[in-house]
Amino acid sequence: MTIALSQFDEVRLDRVSRDFGALNALRDVSLTIRRREFIALLGPSGCGKSTTLNCIAGLLPVTGGAIWLDKNRVDTLRPEDRGFGMVFQNYALFPHLNVRQNIGFGLKMRGRHKAEIDRKVDEALSLVRLQGQEHKLPGQLSGGQQQRVAIARAIVIEPPLVLMDEPLSNLDAKLRLEMRAEIRRIHNELGATTIYVTHDQDEALSLADRIVVLRDGVVRQVGTPKELYEAPSHLDVADFMGFRNKLKGKVIESDNGRAIIDVEGARISGVARERLLAGSSAYAAIRSDDLEAGEPGPNALKVIVDTIEYRGREFVGTAHTAGGLDVVFRSHQAVEPGASVYLRADDQRVLVFAEPIQGRS
Amino acid sequence: MDALAPATAIEHGPSLRQRLAARGFDAVTLLVIPAAIFSLLLFVYPFAFGFILSFEPKAGGWLANYQRFFSDSYLYDTIANTLWLSVPTTLVNLLLAVPIAFRVRLMRHQRLLTTILVLPITLGTVLVAEGLLNYLGPQGWFNRTLMTFGLISQPLKLVHNYWGVFASLVITGFPFTFLLTLSYVTGIDPALEQAGATLGANAWQRFRHIYLPLLMPGFAITFCLSFVQAFSVFPSAVLLGEPAGITRVISIAAYQAAFEEYDYSMASAVAMIMGFVQLAIVVAVLAARGLFYRGPASGAKG
Repeated sequence: MTIALSQFDEVRLDRVSRDFGALNALRDVSLTIRRREFIALLGPSGCGKSTTLNCIAGLLPVTGGAIWLDKNRVDTLRPEDRGFGMVFQNYALFPHLNVRQNIGFGLKMRGRHKAEIDRKVDEALSLVRLQGQEHKLPGQLSGGQQQRVAIARAIVIEPPLVLMDEPLSNLDAKLRLEMRAEIRRIHNELGATTIYVTHDQDEALSLADRIVVLRDGVVRQVGTPKELYEAPSHLDVADFMGFRNKLKGKVIESDNGRAIIDVEGARISGVARERLLAGSSAYAAIRSDDLEAGEPGPNALKVIVDTIEYRGREFVGTAHTAGGLDVVFRSHQAVEPGASVYLRADDQRVLVFAEPIQGRS
Repeated sequence: MDALAPATAIEHGPSLRQRLAARGFDAVTLLVIPAAIFSLLLFVYPFAFGFILSFEPKAGGWLANYQRFFSDSYLYDTIANTLWLSVPTTLVNLLLAVPIAFRVRLMRHQRLLTTILVLPITLGTVLVAEGLLNYLGPQGWFNRTLMTFGLISQPLKLVHNYWGVFASLVITGFPFTFLLTLSYVTGIDPALEQAGATLGANAWQRFRHIYLPLLMPGFAITFCLSFVQAFSVFPSAVLLGEPAGITRVISIAAYQAAFEEYDYSMASAVAMIMGFVQLAIVVAVLAARGLFYRGPASGAKG
């Protein structure tokens, strides 16, 4: 392998901010990315994840803070002097250049010799498995092939850091799964350090070593996929991690990391994820997989079934409580829409969060 | 294939309307009729009429007008005179328009600037010519300012010669060239330039290797349209130029043949030659355009 990515110890974002006029797109984002890590920036649209990536790439100037590559400050450099490889959401392939010329573009701009360019481009082509397509123009390629060209073009310049901005969002579902595996394979084969922006939690969970959840320009939680999936630290992170049921109630008691809340008269107990004061508003967050139709009893909530869908092994239904809370649950037996049933969740599977402060917290 | 079609289809067959629609003719096609009549009456017929008229000279054989044109330097020199004005001014306009378009592309108050730049197009060539006559004349502000500052001792001769017409063509031609250029420049996906930057290309390399190749076909079209406009220069060549000498352009020759000698046949021949020269240049430029990439200028699948 002659494509050898430049190595370094860490990239450090130190209180990076970015304002667009009065709007703070990013506020004091601090983050350290270690060599060979695969980091996913995850969040809903408008959370600042693409802004973060563009600030790192140098396509947007930061308005506060600094970005460091080991001991070198890079946020003051122009993008062409940073040498980070970037894969764009719409690929941004040069339409007038063929696959080979597109991939070799960065090396050519660096004034490398033709023999070296040819050798590295050949290798990049085989890494992304595009041999035989090298004389086609981008317009003649499928979406997945264009994506591969974009990746090859970004890595052939041997960047210390590879930046990917929602690279799979323009592909269909099947191709997305395939390319997801490809991206991870290429990352591993090259020993690359990758920052990957996505709004899809499945993508983030399956690809990343660590996930950074952003919301409203602020880092909400940083952790491994397992940490985030099992122990989200805020209600909005939980929401993103598939806790579709958020039952609002009042805290009855809370101690030793446990909490009991009153949801429409039902006592729901669970794991307290935040400091909770008795009598304050709180949410019980439960995955739809963990909320099962069953018998009345502890941790059970009475609901009226709205819809029920057959999913092979089980049924997935939607329902509402007397107070109008909407819930999604699963069931092993068919239940009739309109029927009144009890939904139960294991108290280890219920996470209790304080009610978020309105506006930016 | 017919043998495989169901029997009913053979019996009834697709209707005439369906068959026409399959070839792209339907009721919407009728909408082109007014335009077709218009161009037939106002372009095709007069053109054909002039073309035939040019072969019916007042005296001599059917090619006499053309023979006269190409044997009289006072006539055939007009081709060179016109090209010598129209090609440089078109190129100057294009070279001025490109950097301005690149800057305007990034501006927030684009519309205001565009309006200011486009203003000359609404004034008309005669008004611009009159204005330049005063402004650039021996007693005009331009010369007086230069003399006041002692930069020159004699007024520069800027009107009633080549440069007067040149200035006028640049001023009246620029807005048109600029608007076309701006539309081509803004049509290029900015992500391409960003991609170029992340790949290490500096500003000049990004222009040279990304923008320029993608813009060349657009520039070729812009050149052709601006050139054709400049080639038919008439009022400013008379008002600001030296219509008996260096700025005796081909339209002046046609005008003189028609309205001073009353030889419509000769005037038609001059007009045909003028058309042919324009066509030759345009065809040459468009052929060169074929050497460049002409697909969509976006980096995405499309």
